[in-house]
Amino acid sequence: MKDDHSQPMQPAGLPRRSVLKAGAGLAASGALGFPFVHAAEKVTLRYLGTAVNQDKAIAEKFEADTGIKIQYIPVTTDDVTKRAVTAPNSFDLLDTEYFSLKKIIPAGNLQGMDVKRIKNADKITPLFTKGEVAGKKVGDQGTAPKKVMYLESATGKTFAKAPTQFMTLIPTVYNADTLGIRPDLIKRPIDSWKELLNPEFKGKAAILNIPSIGIMDAAMVVEAAGLYKYPDKGNMTRKEIDLTIKTLIEAKKAGQFRALWKDFNESVNLMASGEVVIQSMWSPAVTAVRTKGIPCTFQPLKEGYRAWAAGFGVPRTLTGKKLDAAYEFINWFLDGWAGAYLNRQGYYSAVLDTAKAKMEAYEWAYWMEGKAAEKDIKAPNGELLAKAGAVRDGGSYEARMGGIACWNAIMDENAYMVQKWNEFVAA
Amino acid sequence: MERVRRGLITAPAAWLQAGPLALVFVVFFVLPLALIVAVSFWQATDYELVPAFSAQNYRDIFAGCPRSGGDLCVTLKTYLSTLKFCALTWLITATLGFAIAYFLAFHVRSTLMQTVLFIVCTVPFWTSNVIRMISWVPLLGRNGLINETLLAAHAVDAPLEWLLFSDFSVVLAFVHLYTMFMIVPLFNSMMRIDRALLEAARDAGASAWQAVWHVVLPLSKTGLIIGSIFVVALVMGDFVTVGVMGGQQIASVGKIIQVQAGYLQFPAAAANAVVLLGVVLLMIAALLRLVNLRKEL
Repeated sequence: MKDDHSQPMQPAGLPRRSVLKAGAGLAASGALGFPFVHAAEKVTLRYLGTAVNQDKAIAEKFEADTGIKIQYIPVTTDDVTKRAVTAPNSFDLLDTEYFSLKKIIPAGNLQGMDVKRIKNADKITPLFTKGEVAGKKVGDQGTAPKKVMYLESATGKTFAKAPTQFMTLIPTVYNADTLGIRPDLIKRPIDSWKELLNPEFKGKAAILNIPSIGIMDAAMVVEAAGLYKYPDKGNMTRKEIDLTIKTLIEAKKAGQFRALWKDFNESVNLMASGEVVIQSMWSPAVTAVRTKGIPCTFQPLKEGYRAWAAGFGVPRTLTGKKLDAAYEFINWFLDGWAGAYLNRQGYYSAVLDTAKAKMEAYEWAYWMEGKAAEKDIKAPNGELLAKAGAVRDGGSYEARMGGIACWNAIMDENAYMVQKWNEFVAA
Repeated sequence: MERVRRGLITAPAAWLQAGPLALVFVVFFVLPLALIVAVSFWQATDYELVPAFSAQNYRDIFAGCPRSGGDLCVTLKTYLSTLKFCALTWLITATLGFAIAYFLAFHVRSTLMQTVLFIVCTVPFWTSNVIRMISWVPLLGRNGLINETLLAAHAVDAPLEWLLFSDFSVVLAFVHLYTMFMIVPLFNSMMRIDRALLEAARDAGASAWQAVWHVVLPLSKTGLIIGSIFVVALVMGDFVTVGVMGGQQIASVGKIIQVQAGYLQFPAAAANAVVLLGVVLLMIAALLRLVNLRKEL
């Protein structure tokens, strides 16, 4: 509550929303906005997102290129959504996942991004605009970006069915997630999601404790084990939620899980320490385990990947110089340097052509074309990621992104799902 | 509340003196609390709160209680688990805290040494909570220091799994964190005990144990109760320690509230918070019946 006073004056919103905001202030554990400094000319953009995407090098390079400062506000995935809905004036730039738009857009807190102001808009990969990779449709269960990509108007609160001039988020980064394994401890090939609940790994498995993502991993397992085939994993009925959670609870009671994790670093710790040998994982976490010299594979599975995508949005109240700066940052972001940086971390950038221009040919071949590394592959910070001759898990861009089975999602029965997820944690 | 009312009937000056604090309390404590209670009767969609007066949130909390399908309902099970941690932690911190405070108050003679030892007691608080908890993994883990030592000494055949991500590790972390909250008030009470009373007990033929049991313990009851209030309130509301040390697999009331608030279900979270507040207040009321704090301080 106190922090709201440090925010710039804002037009009076609905009284309901200000109460909501007050509620958020009470519930939020971290400090809300930072008091920002008004310099005469220099603009500072407050960038709200998760720590995984907030790289110091990107902010430094952007400031060096344009003189605009980026001030990172790192919070968890769930908290990004919460703040976007409850405190839309506490940031100038929102970096969030597409699935959370189902909450943020109806709240009316974002403005449509004018495609005409985005230089590389027409070069954004068709995965976002049409749901295609190399001309082929990929799985669209869950909140696939193409379903929430466009708004009817700049101030619209509903998603447009066909492309319009106004994008909800300008895509930045995306990936296809799968299970991470310790090949040195498992010592046999793993090729299916059902292995997560295989009693062979009793007490050595982990799943992530972010309900909206964990439930999707669980659904992949349920389908792989042949227990049920969901019409749409990303939008389950109550009965389907019950079944999925029941499967998880049975496994938990049998002692399958060593732990659940919520934070990227926790997953790294579990894997690196050998507490867990198979778990839901994110690609930079796999990279982090590997840079410690511990073998870890981001294992492609025959049922496909659970994909996610993130992008930049701008709060509706942002105007003038700050809005211009936000567009400048987004254009800069799509211009190649940042894209190349993300690609070298194992993510994929939204505009591939510009990123390719900023990468060495051997890097592009390793990361994007699935070819064996000609030279040692290094992370952006210079740490060794893969020795010459190694091949990226999951192969080329087409092979990985073409293998998408579903997307992170917000379901219609979201409240019920969260309630049942709490039962799983308590079981 | 009673204190405020008593202020009303004494001099206006006293009323003025209490005014600023009372105002801070009203604005930063009573008002937010009233808001939480109000919101707990509201409804919510994915992105907005809907003012209403509905007991649905409370009905949801107790859905399926006391039993559903042979199992205890989630809420009862969660509270039982939290209460169990509370009782265990209280017992251990009270025993440990009493012993340490007794040692500091009666066996360490010089004030300098007392101060130094006190600072030693606060060492665990010099690093952040998260780092402290993450560092339990290399100690207690499957390939951790303790298991490696036990295996090397052939004391066990396989690594002990219950050392980490278990009830044991949760209680261990709680004790590690909260013993200090027992030591401080207990030490404070013990320092006020008139040393002549101990001599009198000795002269009357009491053994050292009898003196502790019949003189020191009753006279440090105030400290014990204050320490207990700290420990009970902290353990009941905790979700970080239970989360990290329980491998996120052990439920706690705080965790449920956090997940709901994270998913913008503020009314449900508020209702849970109100229930938790009620439970903790009852526990503290029960503790306060054991001692008249105002008379003792």
